Formats: sequence, structure tokens, C-alpha cells
Amino acid sequence: MFGKLTLSAFPLDQPIIMGTIAVLIIGIAGVLGLITVLRRWKWLWVEWITTVDHKRVGIMYILLALVMLLRGFSDAIMMRMQLALAHGGHPGFLPPEHYDQVFSAHGTIMIFFVAMPFVVGLMNFAVPLQIGARDVAFPVMNSLSFWLTAAGALLPNIALGVGEFARTGWLVYPPLSELPYSPGVGVDYYLVALQISGIGTLLSGINLVTTILKCRAPGMTLMMMPVFTWCALAANMMIVAAFPILTGTFAMLMLDRYLGMHFFTNDAGGAPMMFLNLIWSWGHPEVYILVLPCFGVFSEVISTFSGKPLFGYRSMVVATMVITLLAFVTWLHHFFTMGSGADVNAFFGIATMIIAIPTGVKVFNWLFTMYGGQIRFETPVLWTIGFMITFVIGGMTGVLMAVPPNDFLLHNSLFLIAHFHNVIIGAVIFGSFAGLNYWWPKAFGFTLHSGLGKAIFWCWFVGFWLAFMPLYILGFLGMTRRMNHTDNPLWVPYLVAAAIGACIIMTGILLQFVQIAVSIRQRRYHRDMTGDPWGGRTLEWSVPSPAPSYNFARIPQVTGLDAWWTQKAAGRTVTPPAFEAIETPRNSPIGFITAFFAVVGGFGVIWHIWWLAVPAVIAALAALVTSSWRPRGELILSADTVARTERSLRPRSA
Amino acid sequence: MSDYQDSRAAAPRTPGEDARGGVGHWKTYAVGLGLALLLTGAAFAMAGTTLMTPASIVAGLIVLAIAQMIVHLIFFLHITTAPAHKTNILALLLTFVIILLVVIGSLVIMGQSNGLMMPMDQLMSRQR
Repeated sequence: MFGKLTLSAFPLDQPIIMGTIAVLIIGIAGVLGLITVLRRWKWLWVEWITTVDHKRVGIMYILLALVMLLRGFSDAIMMRMQLALAHGGHPGFLPPEHYDQVFSAHGTIMIFFVAMPFVVGLMNFAVPLQIGARDVAFPVMNSLSFWLTAAGALLPNIALGVGEFARTGWLVYPPLSELPYSPGVGVDYYLVALQISGIGTLLSGINLVTTILKCRAPGMTLMMMPVFTWCALAANMMIVAAFPILTGTFAMLMLDRYLGMHFFTNDAGGAPMMFLNLIWSWGHPEVYILVLPCFGVFSEVISTFSGKPLFGYRSMVVATMVITLLAFVTWLHHFFTMGSGADVNAFFGIATMIIAIPTGVKVFNWLFTMYGGQIRFETPVLWTIGFMITFVIGGMTGVLMAVPPNDFLLHNSLFLIAHFHNVIIGAVIFGSFAGLNYWWPKAFGFTLHSGLGKAIFWCWFVGFWLAFMPLYILGFLGMTRRMNHTDNPLWVPYLVAAAIGACIIMTGILLQFVQIAVSIRQRRYHRDMTGDPWGGRTLEWSVPSPAPSYNFARIPQVTGLDAWWTQKAAGRTVTPPAFEAIETPRNSPIGFITAFFAVVGGFGVIWHIWWLAVPAVIAALAALVTSSWRPRGELILSADTVARTERSLRPRSA
Repeated sequence: MSDYQDSRAAAPRTPGEDARGGVGHWKTYAVGLGLALLLTGAAFAMAGTTLMTPASIVAGLIVLAIAQMIVHLIFFLHITTAPAHKTNILALLLTFVIILLVVIGSLVIMGQSNGLMMPMDQLMSRQR
């Protein structure tokens, strides 16, 4: 009846897990209760759940990322605490089989459900505004993409209370992830969650590529696009090219596990090494999918707050595109030690070193943008400067490991862990928070509290260095990754230092929520009346804050780079007196419905409950197909409504 | 909500849709489906045949697979060489470059690893 699901799947005897679940259930019940008390269900459904407005979809992506950051960071701090305690005779507080799930869930969640939604959310929010478009090319599909991502994010959290998560590391290498070695449902949770969210990401990639190529304002040629848009174009092209590899590889592993096939098994001609090869031919582009949009954020921030055009716009564009292509020829550096010959290793080692060159070009461009500028040290600038310092160190340790003989010594050690956290936190997390502080006023109409924002930056910055520099040293001292218990007294002080660093980062994360709460309370003092609080250069700052649902009352005519700056310099900033009717897309519940059935069907697949899985998957597909007929046309906002909205958002200029 | 009105008559704005609200004609799809089924059938027939050597069967299947892809691109994805389709052609080129990189790269990597592998019996005898 319930497939593999029995009462033993519920970890009733685990106090840590049951405590977490209790807190979660109380929290969720509290939120649901609050919505009921405030009678906001209809509002939630109409304004958020069924919205197809790219800005709100982007905001929901970022909200998902922030919530999942709490989950991913809880895993992180549990690992740091465990390692600070578990040495010598002390076993720590996490038993190995639980610890293995914790590090697997940490990696999976941080990459797929924190970094990806954060970056995709920023692109979703800012790209249409930057190119003078009223929405993305396919607004309903955009909502579907988000809800599929959210559905994927839900499943690993269900795994917390029902069954178990993968114990195989964040990329489920076979043969460990094959049925004989991982008979539980952990790997199935992982595979199904990432298949669902992977489809969402792919659709979102298609959507944004089309938006950037087809929906730009009249006059905006490719070489007039803001650098963030260029980076988004590159990242989404990589999503379109790379995510099918991920889906295909996971599909093969699922066939192995569900239908007894032999793609990656030890026996019957399976090739586990082929999994490593395929997963990293997605995995390396993925690194750049995450990092390029953040490079874009830093470019926008640094030129805005230096009051100068970005130095070397053309070289920035070329560097971005070179990175896009080179990102597809470096994947073997993730498995130099797998056993290819010296010439293959040398090729991929050199390709890896070459990709550092366009990245270096970017760093110099940012430095030269700052040179001679009048820099205002607002929160996004702190993140940007912190990024440059941190990322350059992380990049250099990366080049160090790109030398195959070095990699043979350092691979699988904590040096590697320190390296990739150095680049991912230094670029993706710092960039995401820079973007959050930068675009927040455009999303909500008031700026975030600046003092708290700076405190958050310093917590992350100091905490990061204290948490991860010891790991470089531990790597040199021979400590490998994914250890549950250590037996070397020499390592202990470094592990304790790393745990303290993690606590400082935790302060930063908690302050992040305080900052948002305080800013909302004090929103009257931080209100942005002009729509252009930072002295911006690109088109998103030409519309009022918060940006109206239709973005632009009149589609701008673009004549050059930094379109809004040019308009301001020419004195053409006054809103046009006459407004026209605007067509906006109608809300659609289809994304939510499909994602709902995807979760139900996914749960059925994970637990082999086929009577549940088959109808749910059919229902999800049927819902999608039915919705594509679109019986009703779009909505038209009358010129009067547009005029009223514009006046209410810009009381002073009216 | 009174100032909202239905815009059924308004032209669709989704990129790729033309004025008739769709891409291509059903006849194109029918021809494409026919060709795709023909090529699929040919592949199955070839895989089971005893009239060809194994090597030529593999070569034949590769040819049929590429033909299948071309049919899909032309009849279902409407890739043409018309000037308006410049971006499509560029996207297709990029796709081919990426596929070539991944496929050739994988073949080289896996081929070399395979060649350097210790014979299985030796490997097993080394494991405890």
C-alpha cells in the first residue's frame, strides 16, 4: 500500500531530528496561523502564489534562497561543532550515518536551493528592468520555473522527517549511490528533488535567454546592454547547455536504481567513472552559472557607487563570453586523480589556468573603475570590495590546484574545501547580498538599514576568513574531507578556530533577518521617493520604486550605454504627461498546481508508492497541457490606471 | 478591477508566435512525424538485421541518429537559413560546439582511463 514507507521511516528515536522537526512544525503552524488571523490567504494567492510578474517571482526565488540558507547553514554549523568536539576519545554528538546525511544535504542545499535561487532570483528581478522590458518573454513559464524549484527544495526537507537523505556526498557518486551500497531512499530523495528543480532551472534559463535576445527596448543593441544583463545572458546560455547533461545523468542513475539497468554499476559493464565525467561536465559550467551573474552585480555596483562608467566595457563582455566557452573545457580538473593520462590532465590543467585570465581581466576592470572615482561606501560596495579581496585569494588557490601534480596531493583534502568555499562564498554569497542591498529599494520602495547591512558584511567577512583559512592549513596537514571524527591533536586548534568562524557567520545570517525586519519597521524613514536612490546608471532606476507591475509606463528609447545616466545628463528625466494603455499578463495558478503534483508524484516515486506517483505525474502534465490553450487573453491596464499608479509612486514629481 | 478589460483581440506578444498564433503548418508536422517514424523504424530494423557487419551497423545507426536530429530541427523546431533566423542558427552552432566538446572530451577521457586501467583480475586480487 505505502511502498517502502513504513513507520520505521520516521526517526522517532533521534532527539536532534525530532527536536528540529518540532521547531519546524511549530514555525510553519505559526506562519500559517498568522496568515489566517490576518486574513491574508486570498492576498497571498492573488498577489504572490499565482503571480507571473517577473519581479515578484524573483523576490520569491530570493525568499526561498534565504529560508534554505538557514537550513543549509544549520547543517554547516553542526558539522563544524561536531569536528570541534569529536577528537580523541570523544565521539561528538552526530553519529556517522547522520553526519553523512548532514554534509550531503549541506552541499546539495547550498548549491541547488540557496545559490541557484538567489542568483536566478536576482536575474529574474533585474534583467527585464535593465533592458526596458515589461516582463520576461514567457511570464507563466517563469512562475512554473519558480514553483518547480520550490518543489525540489521541499523534498530534502521532507527527508528530514520522513526517511533519510543521501549519505553519499552532494554529487552522489556511484557505485556508492547505486542500490547495493545505498539501499535506502536517501539517494532517491536527492535524485527526484534535483530532477524536478533541474527542469525548473532549465525553463528559467530558456526564458531569460529569450528575454534578453528578443525583448530589449528599441535602440538597445547587444553592445548597449548593461554588464549584469550580459552576465545573465552568458549564465543562462550555460544553463541551457549544461542542465540537460545533469538531467540525463541523473536519469541514467535513476534507471540503474529503479529498473536495474547498468549505466554506472560495478558489474555488467557499468562505468561509474562515466558518471564522474558527465556530472562534472555539468558541474563546472554550473560554477560559472553561479558566479557570472554575481560578477555582473559587482560590475553594476562598482560603477554606480564610483560615479563612473564601468572601465573596459568591451573587455568585460569579451571576458564574460570567453569564460562561457572555456567553462565547458575544464571539467576534468574535478577528477584529475581518476586515472586519465598525463596529456589529458595537462590539457585540462592548462585550460583551467587559462580561464583565470578573463577572470583576472574582470578584477582589473573593477579596480580601474574605482580608480579616480568618488566612491560611496554603501553596503553593496563593502560586499564588492570584500569580494575582490576574498575571491582573488580563492582564485589563486584554484590555479594552484589546477596543476595536476599539486592536485594529486591536495584533492579530497580540506584544502579543496577551503578553496571552493573561498570562491563560492567570496563571489556568490557576497554578490547575492550585494545585489539584495542594491536592488531592495527597487523591489520594495525603501532602502535596507545601512548600519546593520555593514555589520552583516563584517560578520560574514571576518567569519569567513576565520572559518576557512584554518581549513587550508588543515589540508596541508593532511586532513581529508567528510571526516566524522579526528585523532590528531595537531588539528584540534584549527578546527576550534573554524567553529568560532562559523559562529561569527551565524551572527551575520541572524542579523540579516534583523536587518530586513528593522528596515520594514522603519520603512518610512528609508523610503525611496525618487526611484533612483543610488544615482544609478541603468534603466531600472528610471522607473519609480517599488517598480509598478508593468515596469515602464512608456518603453524607453535607448541610444547608448548607461541609458538612464545618459537621459539624466541630457535632462530628460521628467515622466511623460500622457500615458497609454498597457497589456499585462494574467495571473496563472498553473505553476503552483504543477509543482504541487510534482511534489506528490516525486514523493510517490521516492517511496515506490506507484498508485500515488503515476496519477500525480499524469495530473502535473495534464495541468500543463491544458493551460497551454489559454482561453482568455491578457489584461489591459487603462491609461488612467497607469497615470494613477505613476502619480502615487512618484508623489513629488507629479 | 473595473478598469481591467479583456484583450483577446490583441496580438500575441510571445516571441516565436506569428500573427496566426502558431508556428508552421500542420502539414509540416505531419511530414516531420512521418520522417521521424521512418528513421526510427529503420534504426530498429538495422539493429536487428544479420545482413550487415556489426561495425557497419554502428556506423549506420550513427547516420540515422544524425538524420533524425536534422528532421527534428527542420520540421519541429523550424530552423531555417532565413535571415530572420540568424540567432537560431547561432544558437544551433553553439549547441553543436558544446555537444562536440562534451562528447569528444568524454570519449578521450574515458578511453584513456580505460586504457590505463589495471586488468580486473589484478585489481580484485589487490583488494582485501
